Amino acid sequence: MADDVLMEAVAVCKSFKTPDRAGRLVLDRIDFRLKDGEIVAVLGKSGSGKSTFLRILAGLVEPSSGHIHYRGHAVHGPAHGVAMVFQTFALFPWLTVLGNVELGLEALGVPRPERRERALAAIDLIGLDGFESAYPKELSGGMRQRVGFARALVVNPDILLLDEPFSALDVLTAETLRGDLIDLWLGRRIPTKGILFVSHNIEEAVEIADRIAIFGSDPGIIRSEIAVPLARPREWGSAGFRQIVDQVYAQLTTVPGREAGKRGAKPESIGIAYRLPQAPVQQLTGLVEALSEAPYHGRADLPHLADSVGLDTDDLLPLLEALQILGFAQVGGGDIEMTAAGRAYAEADIQCRKVIFGEHLVRHIPLAAHIRRVLDERPGHRAPKARFLRELEDHLDEEEADELLETIINWGRHAELFAYDYDSEVLSLENP
Amino acid sequence: MQQRWGLPIVAWPSRLRPTVWDLIALPLVLGAIALLAWGGREMSVPYHGEELPISLDPAVLPEYALRTVLRMFMALVASLVFSLAYAALAAKSRQAEKVLIPTLDVLQSVPILGFLSITVTGFIALFPGSLLGVECAAIFAIFTSQAWNMTFSVFQSFRTLPGDLDEAARMYHLTAWGRFWRLEVPHAMPNLIWNMMMSVSGGWFFVVASEAITVAGHSIQLPGVGSYIAVAIEKQDLTAIYYAVLVMFIVIVLYDQLLFRPLLAWSRKFKVEELGAEEPARPWFLVMMQRARIFDLIELVTDRLFGALSRALARRPKLRLLPPPSGRPLPRWVERLWDGVLVAAALAALVWLVIFVRTTIEWSEVGEVVLLGLATATRVLVLIAIASLIWVPIGVWIGLRPAIADRAQAIVQFLAAFPANLFFPIAVVLILRFHLDVEIWVSPLMILGTQWYILFNVISGAAALPGDLRYAADNLGVTSWLWWRRVILPGIFPAYITGAVTAAGGSWNASIVSEVVKWGDTTLTATGIGAYIAHWTEIGDSQRIALGITVLCLYVIIFNRLFWRRLYDIAAERLRLD
Repeated sequence: MADDVLMEAVAVCKSFKTPDRAGRLVLDRIDFRLKDGEIVAVLGKSGSGKSTFLRILAGLVEPSSGHIHYRGHAVHGPAHGVAMVFQTFALFPWLTVLGNVELGLEALGVPRPERRERALAAIDLIGLDGFESAYPKELSGGMRQRVGFARALVVNPDILLLDEPFSALDVLTAETLRGDLIDLWLGRRIPTKGILFVSHNIEEAVEIADRIAIFGSDPGIIRSEIAVPLARPREWGSAGFRQIVDQVYAQLTTVPGREAGKRGAKPESIGIAYRLPQAPVQQLTGLVEALSEAPYHGRADLPHLADSVGLDTDDLLPLLEALQILGFAQVGGGDIEMTAAGRAYAEADIQCRKVIFGEHLVRHIPLAAHIRRVLDERPGHRAPKARFLRELEDHLDEEEADELLETIINWGRHAELFAYDYDSEVLSLENP
Repeated sequence: MQQRWGLPIVAWPSRLRPTVWDLIALPLVLGAIALLAWGGREMSVPYHGEELPISLDPAVLPEYALRTVLRMFMALVASLVFSLAYAALAAKSRQAEKVLIPTLDVLQSVPILGFLSITVTGFIALFPGSLLGVECAAIFAIFTSQAWNMTFSVFQSFRTLPGDLDEAARMYHLTAWGRFWRLEVPHAMPNLIWNMMMSVSGGWFFVVASEAITVAGHSIQLPGVGSYIAVAIEKQDLTAIYYAVLVMFIVIVLYDQLLFRPLLAWSRKFKVEELGAEEPARPWFLVMMQRARIFDLIELVTDRLFGALSRALARRPKLRLLPPPSGRPLPRWVERLWDGVLVAAALAALVWLVIFVRTTIEWSEVGEVVLLGLATATRVLVLIAIASLIWVPIGVWIGLRPAIADRAQAIVQFLAAFPANLFFPIAVVLILRFHLDVEIWVSPLMILGTQWYILFNVISGAAALPGDLRYAADNLGVTSWLWWRRVILPGIFPAYITGAVTAAGGSWNASIVSEVVKWGDTTLTATGIGAYIAHWTEIGDSQRIALGITVLCLYVIIFNRLFWRRLYDIAAERLRLD
């Protein structure tokens, strides 16, 4: 192995058990290297397994097959020298700031005076001095995440793993904290040799990372890697920056069975257990309307659109995917273009929209068609939800099957394709 | 702080310098230590089955009250240790869980005074020639009134550890020992303390009932408020009863001020939620504990001891328990085998129980006992219904008025803690004077102490109803019966069910002491399974005690499973507000 590789994943697979014990693959033979002196961002739509991958690197989750090496040694369980910062901060509410920061040192058996000294130094470094005796609940989100960083940095980690560390923060706070982290890193004020961070914000990833790994889903794979050769500090508006953002968008918005950038190809049909994006109908409609109006008139540059409708990548990606699957829009090369059906949908009134939506559901989504067919064929036109759940659980785990069914029920109800009774958990063709 | 006398203060951290609060705290701490020493000595005096003299002189009541309180706290400490150990075991091992949790479920439904009748002889045999045996039996009875639901709450908390904290603990290499004290126990703390305090409130009832018991025609009276009352009943001394009520009143006020409120306020620190806009005022006793330096000193010492212990544990590789291996289940056949062993053991126990009971009892009597259970069940249900009719409207009225609600809650908590059995003699006197029907008028005693749970929960439920909902209802002109049906009743339903379950459970438990009440030589007996158990306990027929307790347990379990659990699920599923 090359000397400059800090951490390496070799052919890592992860599958979760399904009821029939067949297992569902969430990560498929992932090879990845984190090199000395490098910041790598991991991007992907939610559910692509990027968080699981981070946890496998962290030693929190055992891979089903494949290996993790940290400086040449196999990883089983959390390794010393690897620290993690959590999206939800994961601070112990009953410990003070100082107590939280000292915790990792305490577990390492560092003597009390040294522990105190190092913890205070870390608190100072991250700009928390004055809050040593505060409890986490007294702090704002940004301050809490600073505690999270201080706790990670105090153990002098070789590698920092960040799990969407800024996504629970507001835009301004996130920006400040991000800036502070980069300053610490560039100024070599922390001994950390490599950072791997999971993000759902494309601009954030392009700002920080030297390299971006893009995850594809079902099963999770590293679809592509994009180098970010921009000089620091990076300006969000600069041409180079925008170009890379476009590139990332293009990579992220490819639907299954289609190559990136080839616009106009018909989406390959999806299976019955295809995990539909969790896109609320109201948001879909809102996006279609925004897209059909000025200044876009049916065609938009994705980063631009995201900015103007005020949606995060995480919220936007499922909408884009849903529009594509439903045949309302085509996405490719970082752009989106409405189809004729999409335009018709945008111009229709409420009742007509429902009809169009229903037609597209049946035509493009096998699960919706299947549910409708079953209900049509049954004598009472009723079927329990559990019936479909069982079917889906052949392919998905319980939670995913439930999520998927919830999405399709929402869509189907909106289109008045079928009705659902929450109390009895029965799908039917009755209209209340 | 200024050093007025210029004395060198060497290595004396500033946070340990005494404050004014230490003036109160120091005597309290020393007093508590002395009290424990005294109580320990008194508990282990020689005893050979003779009758202990119980005086009705009001002057001895403070001492009796202290003895009663000490018993309560020993039971509490035992429950605390038990609940942490038992829940830890059940939460860490799937095999253990399969036995431990159902066992706990059954234990929970065994009437508390039933434990007393079964265990007292064993405890006496354990400490021959010492009062400690009887003391232990009484303490055990109180323990059984507290331990089970505390254990459930801890188990629940251990099972619902926030995923991110769990990951953080693993990521930062906490050992199993460190994890237990740094993550699992603190996380369990708020619920544990709430349950503990509720249990203690319920425990006063049993502490009074368990001090004076008659087992196999042999009556034992431990010095305490309970025995004082028993003797007062025997001698028909109503004045003594009033004294006892007064002393108990003071004890419960102190318990409320020194323990209940401070602990609840303190436990808020362990909550994961955000700091609320308005934090309730801290009780004065907690302020004292937090300001007086002597407690900092105690904390520092325990902290160092804990650190030393942790390091010692970490150094011994064998003792260094690692966190549970993540998801590597045992082979399937081992689990199947284990299940088989469990089923076999349960069947064997059932067969043994049937054989044991059948040695002297005919099937027809078993049938009669089942019918007696039905009589008690009817009483419980009717009483819950009546109490609900009375307290739901009152609770709603109070709960919707925040200014009153807080103060009312404190009073209701107090009432729930007050041992209702102190009033039983008064009820008997009234029944005798007005020649009332015993079958009917003894019944309210069952719910005397437990009805407050309904009121308490309805008040919290109504107070927690979002203001928006109420405004919206007003705005739509929803009034009178429609308002009750569509707004308030669904709104408080989950809280009401919690209260009703607690009240029903408490009433089943109380049936053993409230279906048979005495005043001097007069004994009033109502038909019911409680009276059956009480009767045979006095005579000491272990087969019939076992039969009675088994049937009572079955009733409680069946009611919980078929009735309350269902309502609970409906409440949790459909009528949640968050």
